[in-house]
Amino acid sequence: MTTVVSAKELSLTFETNDGPVQALSEVSLDINKGEFVSFIGPSGCGKTTFLRVIADLEQPTGGAISINGKTPAEARQNRDYGYVFQAAALLPWRTVERNVALPLEIMGLSTAEQQHRISRTLEMVNLTGFEQKYPWQLSGGMQQRASIARALAFDADLLLMDEPFGALDEIVRDHLNAQLLELWAKTEKTIAFVTHSIPEAVYLSTKIVVMSPRPGRVTDIIDSPLPRERPLDIRETPEFLEVAHRVREGLRAGHSYADE
Amino acid sequence: MIARLWHGNTLPVLIVVAAILVFWYAMAVHMNSPWQERMNARAELENVPFTEFASQTWAQAKPLLPAPHQILGEVWKATIEEEITSRRSLAYHSWITLSATLLGFAFGTLLGIGLAVAIIHNEASDRSLMPWIIASQTVPILAIAPMVVVGLGAVGVTGMVPKALISMYLSFFPVVVGMVKGLRSPEQIQLDLMATYNANDWQIFTKLRWPSAIPFLFASMRVGIAISLIGAVVGELSNAAGGGLGVRLLTGSYNGQTIQIWAALLLAAALAATLVALVGVAEKIVLRRMGVAT
Repeated sequence: MTTVVSAKELSLTFETNDGPVQALSEVSLDINKGEFVSFIGPSGCGKTTFLRVIADLEQPTGGAISINGKTPAEARQNRDYGYVFQAAALLPWRTVERNVALPLEIMGLSTAEQQHRISRTLEMVNLTGFEQKYPWQLSGGMQQRASIARALAFDADLLLMDEPFGALDEIVRDHLNAQLLELWAKTEKTIAFVTHSIPEAVYLSTKIVVMSPRPGRVTDIIDSPLPRERPLDIRETPEFLEVAHRVREGLRAGHSYADE
Repeated sequence: MIARLWHGNTLPVLIVVAAILVFWYAMAVHMNSPWQERMNARAELENVPFTEFASQTWAQAKPLLPAPHQILGEVWKATIEEEITSRRSLAYHSWITLSATLLGFAFGTLLGIGLAVAIIHNEASDRSLMPWIIASQTVPILAIAPMVVVGLGAVGVTGMVPKALISMYLSFFPVVVGMVKGLRSPEQIQLDLMATYNANDWQIFTKLRWPSAIPFLFASMRVGIAISLIGAVVGELSNAAGGGLGVRLLTGSYNGQTIQIWAALLLAAALAATLVALVGVAEKIVLRRMGVAT
């Protein structure tokens, strides 16, 4: 198995006006090729920070991390990953099609190649027919799908997703989770996915990383026994509930909710 | 039609206009009556009925406060009835002012955008330029304008350019302030997004910062074009030979031609309102083409 992301005793301390805040404390973790890894934990546990370190949007203050054997900065310059943010962050003056084209324009692809990739990725997220719509003409779920299409458009093997469905209602979220699994099976990408929903983490992941706050650290890493093929009603099975229970135990062991 | 009148802006505006006109005519009677009384006494007119006295105060050649119909009559006479090339034509003077305004506004907008770009891309220029830009606007323009016009005149630069420079001096300011804010308006999440694409500064500027700043640019330009006109008029006050609405104000006050002053004032105000409205129209068109206005 090829290791895509490898973190060793990774630490990050933010200097704030109220003194230093330790966001990550000695996090050691490997993400292998083709895995779907979820990061779960309460606010302040460092799950988003860890994703941002992989993306070279934050600089660690201790330890080591490599992405495909490179530093995060090299990986970013090489466009090794696509990043999906909490908000869709579509540019309001661009149509869906032009938003998906944004990274392709920056990479300097030919118009024909851009067009090819736009139609292919919009089809993957079921947005064919919405090419000419502006973001404000789409629902929240559609906007987030467009932003996923944008992250897929330049064909990076690693997809970093930071609570992409956090702002959506439960029904839309279930639907998008199922679509995401399909997409993952089809594209064989490696996905790192931040969430604070236990069912979402268990349903999606092959590996669940449970984190706890103050300082942000890993309390448990669970390899999911669930098959890769997952219909939505797998969430009623004893195996699913068992994994969910272990996640909940892991969260409790981290005393994550004790002082909230 | 009636409903539209009732719910829209039209009725309130008409009511305000009517109130202003009533007040204006009343003030004209009040302010012009001392002179009219003296005239009537000299002509040995006695017991003039009030209606006749009022219409006398509204028909003086050099009233303290001209009545609205006198001003409109003067505007009509001086724009429509005069040859457009004549120095007595208000249209001719308006064009002189308008051309300097537009040139100064164009320069000012470009200068403002250029400074804003320098400020957001370079911390040193942020700290060194901004205090000077603000200081530049605390200097009274009435003191600077004659120096610019006379100084440039001494080295042979006359006509439109000195006035345009004063317009530029006034109009670049709102553009700098607006554009610095506009170019810094993209959210952190959008900047992070560009970072994940490894976009360079130029790509971030053209694809993110500039489009984000467009609404700020138009807001600044609305202010900028109105003060450009003021700059041009102030510039004209220092060069009576050059023509323009400012010169009409100046010669009107020398000769006590109050109607002429008010006519020039009215035209300057109408010109400014038209220019601001045109910027608004351009804004609507551009934002609609960008897809951000519904």
